[in-house]
Amino acid sequence: MTDAHDNHDDTGHGGDGAPEEPIANPGLPAHTWRPTDVDPKSEKRAEIQVAALFGLSAVCTILFVVSYFTYDIGDNWSVIGGVGASTVALGATLGLALLFIGVAIIQWARKIMGDHEITELRHPAASPEEDRETTLEALKIGIEETGIARRPLIRNSALGALGLLGLPAVVLLRDLGELPGDKLEHTIWGQGGRKLTIVEDGKEKTVVVPKMRISRDAIGTPILASDLEIGDLVNAQPEVLFNPERYYVEPNEVHGHHLQVHKSKASLILLRMDPADITPGKGREDWDVQGIVAYSKICTHVGCPISLNERTTHHLLCPCHQSTFDLADSGRVVFGPAGRPLPQLPIEVDEQGYLVAQSDFTEPVGPSYWERDYDRDRFGEGD
Amino acid sequence: MRLLNRSAGRLSRHRRGPIAGLVVLLMGLLMTGGLYAAFAPAQADSTQSQEELVREGRELFIVGCAFCHGQNGEGVLTQGGDQYGPALTDVGAAAVDFQVGTGRMPMAAPGAQAPRKEVVYTDDEIAALSAYVASLGTGPSVPDAELYDPDTLSEAEYDEYVTRGGQIFLANCTACHNFEGSGGAMPRGGVAPKIRGVDPKYIYEAMLTGPQSMDTFSDGNIPPEDKKAVIAYLDTLDEQPSYGGLTLGSLGPVSEGLIAWLIGIGGLVGFAIWIAAHTTRTSRTKDGADA
Repeated sequence: MTDAHDNHDDTGHGGDGAPEEPIANPGLPAHTWRPTDVDPKSEKRAEIQVAALFGLSAVCTILFVVSYFTYDIGDNWSVIGGVGASTVALGATLGLALLFIGVAIIQWARKIMGDHEITELRHPAASPEEDRETTLEALKIGIEETGIARRPLIRNSALGALGLLGLPAVVLLRDLGELPGDKLEHTIWGQGGRKLTIVEDGKEKTVVVPKMRISRDAIGTPILASDLEIGDLVNAQPEVLFNPERYYVEPNEVHGHHLQVHKSKASLILLRMDPADITPGKGREDWDVQGIVAYSKICTHVGCPISLNERTTHHLLCPCHQSTFDLADSGRVVFGPAGRPLPQLPIEVDEQGYLVAQSDFTEPVGPSYWERDYDRDRFGEGD
Repeated sequence: MRLLNRSAGRLSRHRRGPIAGLVVLLMGLLMTGGLYAAFAPAQADSTQSQEELVREGRELFIVGCAFCHGQNGEGVLTQGGDQYGPALTDVGAAAVDFQVGTGRMPMAAPGAQAPRKEVVYTDDEIAALSAYVASLGTGPSVPDAELYDPDTLSEAEYDEYVTRGGQIFLANCTACHNFEGSGGAMPRGGVAPKIRGVDPKYIYEAMLTGPQSMDTFSDGNIPPEDKKAVIAYLDTLDEQPSYGGLTLGSLGPVSEGLIAWLIGIGGLVGFAIWIAAHTTRTSRTKDGADA
């Protein structure tokens, strides 16, 4: 750093004989003074301004503390312009307290702190050639003395030990949680239609659990095939979540945490369309009931729940990353990052005309994972 | 009084008689019939006016709707095979009441979606159009206020409906219409409109008929009681406290991001410019300083 007044004849650095500059260095213009530099009254005023700004900040901080204890969040939530008094007071006072400190510092720097011009010259970033050669020489001698080139046993064992140190980091990753295993391959839809041995009056008895009915989400009632009109979309859940006894499932199995886990896998989209619009997939010819199709509600990209459907096109759009699935065509991906079609649930009607699942989903629902059996996804490619 | 008691007593003696049941039945029928005749609108008049309404509706239809929907509501296809105006044969009166009553129809220009705008027809004309389109085929009729108006609920019922409606709303409506019913974008230029502050009748009809790209939520899908619950819930949305301050239209990250970028970062840029700006200078020099 040199002062502004003696930098006129500096021609650079490095001693490599910089060429003569074609245009003479004009140097910096003469320094002009600020009013606060030459006028003591002005300086005094600036000082008071800065102090006043710091003072205002202090006032705001105190007001913040006062309003924190004065205003209640719950009761007066629409006092100031429809917004809570507490919210406005806390936000405004703390914001202004910080703002006044900032403004005061800038005012201080601009009006009162020294403001003479400074020149800082640019030098080459590299060390001088001589230093570099010396360092390389020292390094070479060091390597020579370790004998690493002559003693492969030491070199290799050292490399092996250091390399192996990466392993604990990888092993610790295992602590991030359980592996998915086959958990996503089974959903609670599979609880319907299974055979079960129960003990009744001391005698063992085999019962066939009724096929899982499809219920309206949030409402909980099972759906008759005749309930739906063309164009209807139903957000559905397996009936076991609302009526576990019918399926021989313990009520606490479909409560609290368990309920959420089941919903995250079993949520269903039910759509009734004109049967003529459907292009059934190979082997899926009998998976719909008079134009009613059922698909997993969980996006195969990263697992967002989707029910953003366009009735006119049967395209179901995921709001997270815009993956779009064609529900008239086996849930084929028509747009977006999803890699696989939406899993379809084969459905039929039971004796009373209620919609039931023929079986569980035939493939894992939701996003891809390491252990997934991708051979099963061959379906849908090319047809 | 005694006379009344006596005659009642005399009547009462016959109450277990063999013809008592028959007499009561006859009296009941007579009363029902009489009351109906007294209070119901005259049947003959009603059919006549219904026919008249349909005729009037047809005239309006030919002038205002037939260009796109065909002279008999059969729909018009473009040369490319797309729908110019869909067939109206089975949409029902509710669909017409919704589309025309909210100003969506008649459309001002072809586009991705018919937006809500000023209503063109009067209530009577809308009723006539609805009657005409309903006469073309099947489809839901305009619902009674009893079905959709949350004001008909008692206070205790209302709270129950709101709770239930909220759950149904979350499961079925939020995907397109946003978590507070503020609406959202749909593919290919479409938009799911804001549904807060909309007349309950139109919300009910929209669920019933599935206007434009919307799915249908027929009575078999979401029963009428539950539709009313959703409407009751929507009714309360505007009165919900927003403890977090300004809602910015309850549009989520869209409006919040916009404000953060424009006002937040804009303000920072303003301060940066002020910090880097030149301070005032004077032509005077400091005494004793070398200039």
